[in-house]
Amino acid sequence: MSEHEYQPKSKVGKWFNDRLPLLSLASHLTDYPTPKNLNYWWTFGGILTFCLVTQIITGIVLAMHYVAHADLAFSSVEHIMRDVNYGWLIRYIHSNGASMFFLAVYIHIFRSLFYGSYKSPREVIWIIGILIYLLMMAAAFMGYVLPWGQMSFWGATVITNLFSAIPLVGESITTWLWGAYSVDNPTLNRFFSLHYLIPFLILGLVVLHIWALHVPGNNNPVGIDIKKPSKDTVPFHPYITIKDLFALLMFMIIFSGFVFFAPNVLGHSDNYIPANPMVTPAHIVPEWYLLPFYAILRSVPDKLGGVILMFSAIFILLILPWLDTSKVRSSVFRPIYRQFFWILVIDVLLLGYMGAMPAEGIYLLLTRVGTIYYFLHFLVVLPVVGYLEKTDPLPVSISDPIMTGGANVSFAKRNDKNI
Amino acid sequence: MPEKKEKTTRRDFLYTASFTVGAVGLGATIWPFIDQMNPDKSVQALATTEVDISNIKPGKSITVLWRGKPVFLKRRTQDEIAEARAVSLEELKDPQKDEDRVKDGKDEWLVMLGVCTHLGCVPLADKGDYKGWFCPCHGSHYDVSGRIRKGPAPVNMEIPKYEFVDNNTIKIG
Repeated sequence: MSEHEYQPKSKVGKWFNDRLPLLSLASHLTDYPTPKNLNYWWTFGGILTFCLVTQIITGIVLAMHYVAHADLAFSSVEHIMRDVNYGWLIRYIHSNGASMFFLAVYIHIFRSLFYGSYKSPREVIWIIGILIYLLMMAAAFMGYVLPWGQMSFWGATVITNLFSAIPLVGESITTWLWGAYSVDNPTLNRFFSLHYLIPFLILGLVVLHIWALHVPGNNNPVGIDIKKPSKDTVPFHPYITIKDLFALLMFMIIFSGFVFFAPNVLGHSDNYIPANPMVTPAHIVPEWYLLPFYAILRSVPDKLGGVILMFSAIFILLILPWLDTSKVRSSVFRPIYRQFFWILVIDVLLLGYMGAMPAEGIYLLLTRVGTIYYFLHFLVVLPVVGYLEKTDPLPVSISDPIMTGGANVSFAKRNDKNI
Repeated sequence: MPEKKEKTTRRDFLYTASFTVGAVGLGATIWPFIDQMNPDKSVQALATTEVDISNIKPGKSITVLWRGKPVFLKRRTQDEIAEARAVSLEELKDPQKDEDRVKDGKDEWLVMLGVCTHLGCVPLADKGDYKGWFCPCHGSHYDVSGRIRKGPAPVNMEIPKYEFVDNNTIKIG
C-alpha cells in the first residue's frame, strides 16, 4: 500500500470513505507506483483479468441456455449454436476464450520464471498464482465435459480414472466422483455445478494475488529492488493502464481471429459426436493446454507412477521459490540460467507435442527424455546453477544504466528483444 | 497553453475519434449479450397454433395453449351475444363494442387471450357477477365479451391475431 493518506474532496465522499474506504482503495490503485521499465511481458496480468471476466460473462450467458442432463446436454449446445440469438458467437468466445486464457497464463508464468518474479519477497504471489492455475485446469476440464460429446465423455472417463490408481480406496473415490458406476448423468450434473463455482474461487484468489502483489510492488525486467515512489516509478494510471489497454487490444485481435475465422481449430472434431458409452474414439487427446502433463502421465509404464508424476509436475512449482538458490532475480544478469530457461521452454513445448502424438516408439522415448529433463530442471539445475553461476553485475537503480549508459544496458536490451 | 485555449488540437481530435470508435465497439460487443435473452428463432417458429373447432357446441368453450399462454375459444349462444351487445359503452371501464372483439359474420366465436390484464392470472369461466369470467387472484369480473366490468384489471382481455382457415379451423398467431 502506498503510504500517503488519501482524503476525498467532497463531504459526502469523506463521510462514505470514513465508513468504507473504497475511495482510498481507488486512489491507491490509481497512484500505485509501478517500475517505469516494465516491458510488454508485464501486460499479461491485465490480459488475464480480461480473460477471466470474459469467461465469467459468456459462461453466465451459456448457462441460461444450457441443460445439464445427459439426454439433453448435447442438443442444448446445438440449440445454442443454431437457435439462440448470437449463441454461436458467445459459445465460440467461451470455448476459444479458455484457450486464450491458458495462452496468456503460460506467457505470464514463463515471464515470472525468466525475471525471477517468484523469488523473495514475492513467494506468496507465486503460490497463489499456481493455485489459480490449478483451478483453471479443473475448470477447463469440467467445462470440456459439459457439451457431452465423445471427447467430453471419454476425457471425463480417463481423467476420473486417474484417481482409481490410488491404492486401496481408489475405486471408491472414482465411484464417489462419478455418483454412478461410470461417467453418467450425476457426473455431468456435479461437473456443471463445480464448473460454475470455480471461476468465482479464481476471482477471489485473483484479488489475493493482486493484494499480495501490491505489498512488495512489481518486480521489473532488471529485477532489482526499487524505492517507491521515486524517479524509478510511474503512477499506474495513466501510464500502465494505457499500455495494458494497448496490449489487450493486440491480444483481442488474435482472440477475434480464432473466434471469427477458426473457431474449431483448437478443438477436436470428435466432440461434435454425441457421447456414446459403448465406443471410445480411436485417438483421445485433451485440449492443447493440458498436453504437456498428459505426456508426463503417459511416459510412465506404471498407472500409479504416472499419476504421481503428473501431479508432481504441477505441485513442484509450489516450492520453486526455495529450489532456486540464486539471489539475482532477472535472467538478464544470469548468463547460465538464461540458457536453461530456454531449454525448459523447448522441453515443455516438446512435451506438449508428444502429448498429442501416439504413446509409442520414438515418441514415447522422447516423452521420457522430456519428462526426466523437466524434473531435472527444477530439482538439480535450479539449485546447482544458483550456487555455481557467476552473475553479471547489477545496476544500482533502474534509472542508473539508462542515465549512465553502462555496459549492462545493451545487454539488457538485447535480451529483452529475444524473449 | 493559455495562449491557445480555444483551439482544437490534433490531440483533441484523436481523443474524440478513439473514444467514438471505442464506444461503438463496446456497444456492438454488448448487443449480442443482451439480444441472446430475446426469444430466438426456435421460439418464434412456435408462434402460431391451429385449432379444430368443429366439436365445440354452442355455449361451450375450450382452452388451447398459444405461445405458452391459454387462449379461450368460446362458442357463444345467441342470448349471450345479445346480452353482450345490449351493454351501453358508458358502463364500461375500457369501452369497446362486442362487434369489435369478434370477426365479422362469426359473431358466435370469441377468441381471447385467457390472461387477466391485472397481473396475469387465468380467469375462471362462467363465474363472476357478469356471467363471463372471474379472476380468482384479485377479483376482476369480465363479461361474456371478455370486457372488464369490475375489479382491479385496467383493460379488457386481449384479442390475439387470428383467422379462420376454414369453417372448422382457427389459426391463432
